[in-house]
Amino acid sequence: MSKLKTLITEGAGSIRPTEVEDYMNVGGYNGLKKAVTMTPEEIIGEVKKSQLLGRGGAAYPAGKKWEHLLHIDIFPKYIVCNADEGEPGTFKDKLLMGKLPLRVIEGITIAGYVFGAKAGYIYVRGEYRKIQRVLKEAIMHAKGAGFLGKNILGRGFDFDIHVISGAGAYVCGENSALLNSTEGKVGRPRIKPPHLAEVGLFLQPTLVNNVESFASIPAIVEGGGSTYCEYGTPDSGGTKLVCLSGHVNNRSTYEVPLGLTLRELIYDPELGNGIPNGKRLKFFHLGGQSGPIGGPDQLDTPYTYKGLSSNGLSVGSGAVVVMNEDVSILEYLKGVTEFFLHESCGKCVPCREGNKQIYKILCRLATPGAPEPDDLNMLRRLVDTMISASFCGLGQSAAVALNTAWKIFKDEFEINAKPQALGHAAA
Amino acid sequence: MQQAPMTEGQVLKIMEKYNNDPQQLIAVLLDIQEASGSNYVDEKWAALAARVLDVPLSKIYDILTFYAMFSTKPRGEYVIEICRSTPCHFTEAEEVVSWFEKVLGIKMGETTLDKKFTLSRTCCVGACDVGPVAKIGDEVYGDLTLEKVNTLVRSYREGLPSFREALACQN
Repeated sequence: MSKLKTLITEGAGSIRPTEVEDYMNVGGYNGLKKAVTMTPEEIIGEVKKSQLLGRGGAAYPAGKKWEHLLHIDIFPKYIVCNADEGEPGTFKDKLLMGKLPLRVIEGITIAGYVFGAKAGYIYVRGEYRKIQRVLKEAIMHAKGAGFLGKNILGRGFDFDIHVISGAGAYVCGENSALLNSTEGKVGRPRIKPPHLAEVGLFLQPTLVNNVESFASIPAIVEGGGSTYCEYGTPDSGGTKLVCLSGHVNNRSTYEVPLGLTLRELIYDPELGNGIPNGKRLKFFHLGGQSGPIGGPDQLDTPYTYKGLSSNGLSVGSGAVVVMNEDVSILEYLKGVTEFFLHESCGKCVPCREGNKQIYKILCRLATPGAPEPDDLNMLRRLVDTMISASFCGLGQSAAVALNTAWKIFKDEFEINAKPQALGHAAA
Repeated sequence: MQQAPMTEGQVLKIMEKYNNDPQQLIAVLLDIQEASGSNYVDEKWAALAARVLDVPLSKIYDILTFYAMFSTKPRGEYVIEICRSTPCHFTEAEEVVSWFEKVLGIKMGETTLDKKFTLSRTCCVGACDVGPVAKIGDEVYGDLTLEKVNTLVRSYREGLPSFREALACQN
């Protein structure tokens, strides 16, 4: 039996992306049609049963988020789709928006119905200009077919969706920064609380979910939350889009049921199909640059939210970057840190300065004779400070890769460090 | 062929398209940059936008310097951005940089004398399945080889869109 699923990717690549008729031929809009016969509470009940965890990276239970917003009695409410896919190694939302934009739009529209919202926004990263045009065309067609706009499906429900462009800022993937950017401001994160469900876009109650989360909603409503959940495991319901890249034979996006092992993802002929040129796997990097690094010993970990987290790993965005034995872990981490150094918004000191100092230390550790006596201790302190004292998720997770890799590749960290540097560094 | 310099009328028209709505500032600035022909937002147009949209010029400067896609200095007609994020970096993105440097006769970060090309780096553009990649305008080119780089530069230089369309990634 094939390990690949098409629960939310049905039709990707085989239908004309922006044509409503084509989309309906692959089950499109069955979810919305059913949704409008249900109460908001019933729909949220299904979302809760589905065990859908936020697919953008934070894995927050979608049902809980929706329920929280439903109980807030302030209007208007806004629906925002986070399409700022910027985690290196992640290209799944691009697939959904480019090949199945109407499924994303249907999911957002169902949310609009649940919360009585009038307007939804899809915030798309600036680098995806072509995708923005596809979405705009799909929205226009959905309106023409009566699935968006005034009096949707004759139910007296009005809802419109706007496409907003980012302009190159990874931090805007953080939901509060994304809302600032949607308002036409610089995308620096806001302090929380208040939660965005209470004070979100234009200071109104707001739902922010990832593209893949929204694209899962039609299937959850149509088939029921329990059926969706059964695709995965009891605690990690449904399917996940996984992006394989780096040193792996079949680099691509795959929709898989949650519960396969990492070994299956990377080595199964239908999926990654192993490492090119007969090389061996050295490590894999999960969930984007902000995610953890794992080694060959962890390959049999089940790819579920719980399975990974109990092994110090995480799903994150769904990125799986595979690196072969030729890659130096310090060089790799220099690349990761350089990325965060560039993308840090500069608002808080731990992130702005921490990344800079970590980069300097990694450069020294990678060069024979260069490390200073206290480098490893200082690295430990910087990592701990960033994780515990950064303002937003960017700074808190910037050192996760380093922290997890350090445990696996202790020798490589210490090889150039002078003997006295090894004193109290507890890696 | 170099585009004619942008006029005040063009800039006003861009803002009108967005109903002179200050909430659309980022979209307005992206369009101004695209229409400039030199991939940047001139101080003169930033000041005009500040006046028309009724926002402080400092706020516009904040946005132009915060978001990586903006430039406040003129760049080439085509900005060639090489992805430097780890999935591309470790599938030989540095080699791609050296090919472009050789073919264009400039170093990373520089602009060709004819103001046609600027070579720069970017973070992940979401095309890691075909890395190493270069992004030129709205198009992304993957699985780059020296031959493809040669063809690409030639097609942009000589204005042969069919070549680059054939090479571009879908979506």
